[in-house]
Amino acid sequence: MNGVAPPPAVEASPETERAALRADAWRGFLLAAPAYVYLMVFFVVPLGIVTMYSFATRNRQGGTDLQGWNLDSYARLDEPIVRTILFRSLWLAVVTTVICLVIAYPFAYFIATRRPAVRNVMLVFVMIPFWTNFLVRNYAWRVILENDGIWNDAVDATGTDTLVDWLLGLPHWIQWAIPNWIEHLPSPLFSEVGIVLGLVYGFLPFMILPLYAAIERIDLSLIEASRDLYASGRQTLRRVLIPLSMPGIVAGSILVFVPSLGAYVTPQILGGDKETLLGSYIVVQFLTARNWPFGAALSVVLVAVMLLATRIHFRSGGRAL
Amino acid sequence: MSGSTVKPKGPVAAALTVNAFLVYAFFFLPIVILAVFSFSDDRLVGRWGGFTTSWYGEFWNDTELTSSLWVSLRVAAVSTVISVVLGTMAALGLERFRWKSQRFFDSVLYLPIIIPDVTMAVMMLLFFTWGIDLTNEAFGTNFAKGFATITLSHIAFSISFVSVVVRARLAGMSLELEEAARDLYASRWKAFRHVTFPQIVPGIAGGALLALTLSLDDVVITQFVAGPGGTTLPVRVFSLIRKGVTPVINAVSVVMLVASLLLVALSVAVQRLRGGSITG
Repeated sequence: MNGVAPPPAVEASPETERAALRADAWRGFLLAAPAYVYLMVFFVVPLGIVTMYSFATRNRQGGTDLQGWNLDSYARLDEPIVRTILFRSLWLAVVTTVICLVIAYPFAYFIATRRPAVRNVMLVFVMIPFWTNFLVRNYAWRVILENDGIWNDAVDATGTDTLVDWLLGLPHWIQWAIPNWIEHLPSPLFSEVGIVLGLVYGFLPFMILPLYAAIERIDLSLIEASRDLYASGRQTLRRVLIPLSMPGIVAGSILVFVPSLGAYVTPQILGGDKETLLGSYIVVQFLTARNWPFGAALSVVLVAVMLLATRIHFRSGGRAL
Repeated sequence: MSGSTVKPKGPVAAALTVNAFLVYAFFFLPIVILAVFSFSDDRLVGRWGGFTTSWYGEFWNDTELTSSLWVSLRVAAVSTVISVVLGTMAALGLERFRWKSQRFFDSVLYLPIIIPDVTMAVMMLLFFTWGIDLTNEAFGTNFAKGFATITLSHIAFSISFVSVVVRARLAGMSLELEEAARDLYASRWKAFRHVTFPQIVPGIAGGALLALTLSLDDVVITQFVAGPGGTTLPVRVFSLIRKGVTPVINAVSVVMLVASLLLVALSVAVQRLRGGSITG
């Protein structure tokens, strides 16, 4: 009853071995089958439907005719307004990714070089924003940036607005050195500055964690060796630390770039009506403009960018994200 | 690993320390400010007007908000249970066995993790619009978007996260104990039940907490698959914010914040249990 009786002896032969392998393959497949079937039905089929819609035609009533397949929706990507939106989204996603990288790299290095006990405490305090409701975290900035809010008070108290006015009032020949975005600094709400602020705030933990994981894996004695061999700090950073942590840099950049490109919640809460971004533009196609084929085509573009990004990741020797 | 000589010295060290402090301030000041202002007795969300808890009372008496809170909790509970079962089984099937089309399934499993919310939202919208129309026509049923479509969509993105967490645990586990059990004539099931399963419990718990968090956080996908019948708290809050911010939203946000913090605390506890590194 206890299953301790040895099973009857079976002579090992290529056939029994192959049969055992086959049985094992079946077991593995059957275990994975429920999730496999579920994702085929509720993920792969929906992805197929979106792709199909992107080739369909919008009729006069705002419905979609699933016939007369064409590439019209993709042709619209070349329209000036669509190109503006695509480039703006791409640009903001790149800016967000670069800012996150610049802030997160020294931070991750700092954590990785602490004692294990300190390191774990520091990581817990990165996990908190990582796990905290994204909507709430964006909303917190809305409260800060609202008119008559804390940001306004701080700007008044520090004289930032006077400084910005002074910078913008500088003679023409020096204006080129002053970035346009600083005009939004006194009140970033409903501008691109507000959006980037919200995106950086939202996705910074996604950059820190893979960077930390990559830097922590590096044998730090390599850095000592580099310094012993008279490499400067800068050289060590460029030739040793950065190349060795490249998988983390790539993984973190993808984890920030892809969701930033498709961001919808942040621009809705912190951005204005003037600067439409890809995410909001897609939503508009489905909920108000009722141009489903075009919205589907834009979504397919987003999936293509995502697949390209993951390809780069795996090419650069990255493992699971 | 962290010999003290690799710690930078002088101005670089100072800059790194300052940067770390600034990052933490950046992370936590907005959350603290939000929490403080949720107790402010002023109609403007960002101004202090004396202490009050009335906004929490208003939240509690708002039936639209409380009913969507219940929808959120029910969706989170059901989708977590189902995705934990499916995700754990998938993790075992992928990590412990070799079979055909495994690699294909592996890549399908990764897609929901990195696909942008908006794209997945569009996918689910079209799928359910289509599916519901077809079913209602074929069987004369009267399905509509609501609790079921929200839950089905949440399961679709949670399975992948659960299976990644459980697989990480399985991969870090030595096979020796399992093999020893098998050598001692334990059946496959017994070896799993008494040897493998107890060891992957922390991974399963971690995956469950992640699924719970993701379900409670989601706005975009839920917004697209919710029906007139009911929607979740974050979606309700999101549409309120777009109409105009009010102090009641501050109070609801802090409630969601506290829920998130409880889940973090639980997951840290689970990782302690696991005895591994915090990032898993």
